[in-house]
Amino acid sequence: MFLARLTKRVGIAATTLFGVGVIVFVLLRVAPGDPIAMMIAPGATPADIAALRAHYGLDESIPVQFALWLKGILAGDFGTSISIRRDVLDLLAERLPATLELATAALLVAILIGGGVAIVGTMLRRTRGESVVDAANGLLLAIPDFVWALALVLVLGVFYPVLPLSGRVNPQSADDFATRFYLVESIVTLRFDKFLEVASHLVMPTLALALPLAAVITRVLKQALAETMVQDYVLLARLKGMSELRLILQEALRNAVGPTLALTGVQFTFLIGGTVIVERIFSYPGVGNMAIDAVINRDLPLIQGLVLAFGLMFIVINILVDLAVVALNPRLRHG
Amino acid sequence: MADAVIIQTAARRRRFANLFANPKVLFGGGFILLLVLLAFFAPWIAPKDPLEQDLMLGTLPPAGFPGAEPGYYLGTDDLGRDVLSRLVYGSRVALTVAFVAASLAALVGAMLGLLAGWYGGWVDAVVSRLVDIWMAFPPVLLSILLVAILGSGVHSVIAAIVIIDWTRFCRVVRAETMTQASMDYVTAARTIGFSRFTILMREILPNVAPVLIALVSLEMGIAVIVEAILSFVGLSVASDIPTWGGMIAQGRQIIHHGWWVLTFPLLMLFATVLAFNQLGDGLRRVIDPVMRR
Repeated sequence: MFLARLTKRVGIAATTLFGVGVIVFVLLRVAPGDPIAMMIAPGATPADIAALRAHYGLDESIPVQFALWLKGILAGDFGTSISIRRDVLDLLAERLPATLELATAALLVAILIGGGVAIVGTMLRRTRGESVVDAANGLLLAIPDFVWALALVLVLGVFYPVLPLSGRVNPQSADDFATRFYLVESIVTLRFDKFLEVASHLVMPTLALALPLAAVITRVLKQALAETMVQDYVLLARLKGMSELRLILQEALRNAVGPTLALTGVQFTFLIGGTVIVERIFSYPGVGNMAIDAVINRDLPLIQGLVLAFGLMFIVINILVDLAVVALNPRLRHG
Repeated sequence: MADAVIIQTAARRRRFANLFANPKVLFGGGFILLLVLLAFFAPWIAPKDPLEQDLMLGTLPPAGFPGAEPGYYLGTDDLGRDVLSRLVYGSRVALTVAFVAASLAALVGAMLGLLAGWYGGWVDAVVSRLVDIWMAFPPVLLSILLVAILGSGVHSVIAAIVIIDWTRFCRVVRAETMTQASMDYVTAARTIGFSRFTILMREILPNVAPVLIALVSLEMGIAVIVEAILSFVGLSVASDIPTWGGMIAQGRQIIHHGWWVLTFPLLMLFATVLAFNQLGDGLRRVIDPVMRR
């Protein structure tokens, strides 16, 4: 059953990615604006320009270009970036770890904050405290990552300049790492000075991405907890003399976590979409920041590679969440 | 008959009164109304010309801070343009995009959602597939891509928002239509002999409307943010039209010697998004008969 579900999901995912590829490919080619025009030297002759177009395969018809591109991807060749003049796959491999670390950190922080607030709010049931938590969370739900990022820049970067405003590490220490996963590497190699350096750069972009998701998690989890807390088995546990916190953690949470998990998955893809602008604001060297430059420079191969990378991330997350929901809920497991 | 009319009018009036008794609608709607007036009467309200540059008066701090000049209440940017006046004029682009983009996205999304939810079958399959593909794009990246393709300008920003965000309406309206379709009143309407299309438009649409109205208000807040993001990246309107996002981008550049250039438009953005959200939330609570209970 599990396997059948997985196969079906992967099949749907493949068609979705294909659709994404077609749309982006065609959109980019019917659009006005010539990527070659942006890279030619002032004295180039028409023959030079034609040679460049041929070099990037832009002289073929759109269906032929698409077929060539698809063939390349299936062979692991995503083409060459026009503006940076490097292999697209290399660029993705270089930038993706930064974005993955940022997104994962943001997800964990969001779960911690959102889950924590939901539990505290549940313990404060039917008190003034609960309405304060609800009202505050209602306001937080409205604030998007873009606004959070800039507010954090102002408060923690300018008014109380305690955190670095841009980048991933200090400029002079970019060569201190063997891999591109700076945070993971600094933990694994036990270099705590480096860990602090990477972490301090991560705090603001992570919070900007995590806080909107935390608010969503709080709302859904708190609602689910409210429904489970009045179930008979919780009442029974309470009669046995279990403390309120243990009731929530041991009895209610396990049954309330399902709907929250499903929603967190969808919201996590929004979070990854948000990395585009948040990375821009903090000059963070991830794929999102690169994507904005690629679009502005009309770098067709790079844009296509990036959109596919984002699409793939979205789809993988959705499949994982779907499987996790099924795995956690016995009633769905044999459906 | 007359009694029924009186009861109906009374109910309608009570609902109308409820609308303004709700603090969320009152504050959210009030702020938006204020903003509309600000945008409409910008030339009379703004103390200075929002485009007038004076390099002698560059990066002046707001009133009350050392070095402030009288008449420049919120200071100036690095080109000496009055921040308050730019803020007032910036509300024009923000509100235009909010109202037009949200309404159009609602129109497109609701139509497709109604059709998919009501007719099912291959219509639903096509629409749902389309929504799936759309959801696999990161929205910010897609909007930047679209504006880069369509060329900058308010029209492109609006088009980009509609092209991206119709899915929000489509998904919700489709689900809501499916729920309504299984209700008894729909069966009753079919028994009487109404055509499928008539039932959709006359029976189902009015019942989907409350959810839709609340969503439109939320979408207006989203549209304001998207416009600001596109301005921030430098892809929205021409640089001689003041926008909050453009001011924010400029403020981010000079943040260490002119914090106010970023702070005030950010506050406006924050307040506007919050207002649209509260308005939407309040409207949903007041209009939706299920939530009112």
